[in-house]
Amino acid sequence: MTLTKAELADLLFERVGLNKREAKDMVEAFFEEVRVQLERGESVKLSGFGNFQLRDKPQRPGRNPKTGEEVPITARRVVTFHPSQKLKSTVEKNYSPARGRP
Amino acid sequence: MTRSDLIDKLAERYPQLLSKDAELAVKVILDAMAGTLTRGGRIEIRGFGSFSLNYRPPRTGRNPKSGDKVQVPAKHVPHFKAGKELRERVDYPSSRSMP
Repeated sequence: MTLTKAELADLLFERVGLNKREAKDMVEAFFEEVRVQLERGESVKLSGFGNFQLRDKPQRPGRNPKTGEEVPITARRVVTFHPSQKLKSTVEKNYSPARGRP
Repeated sequence: MTRSDLIDKLAERYPQLLSKDAELAVKVILDAMAGTLTRGGRIEIRGFGSFSLNYRPPRTGRNPKSGDKVQVPAKHVPHFKAGKELRERVDYPSSRSMP
């Protein structure tokens, strides 16, 4: 089972009473606001779910796996996600490995 | 930005909606996302990224206070992988790949 923007829009239609158009736009706006903040270099903290943070990675040596040639991996800024304690513990309690890997 | 800042920003974008609708929308979205992961599902948001569960095998840990060995059972932890658009938008302009 995979959750996508289409399913989220259906939920907003059913549970919030937005019309189909508004629901679709709202889902898009939700993720766009998060992207805008991260693009500005600001972290995003969604209580009960988790935090999105930025990490500055220095340049490091790498290799082209095909040719074996040494090429530097340039310095970059990346997004990291840290699930909240609440999300981690509900996943741990409700989704146990005994029931198989996802 | 916090959850309530996000609610305010969405409410500003949609002046025709009540601010409690923006609040409810954020709750519905985050609950659905958390619920999907809790059931072992995946989340795929194009242009943003995907969330899935990573398996952590059982291991022998130690109580940091007493030093006693403790068995830590296997578990799954939520994992996020940023999508292409998000990755490119947060990176430094100089390292962005040219189209």
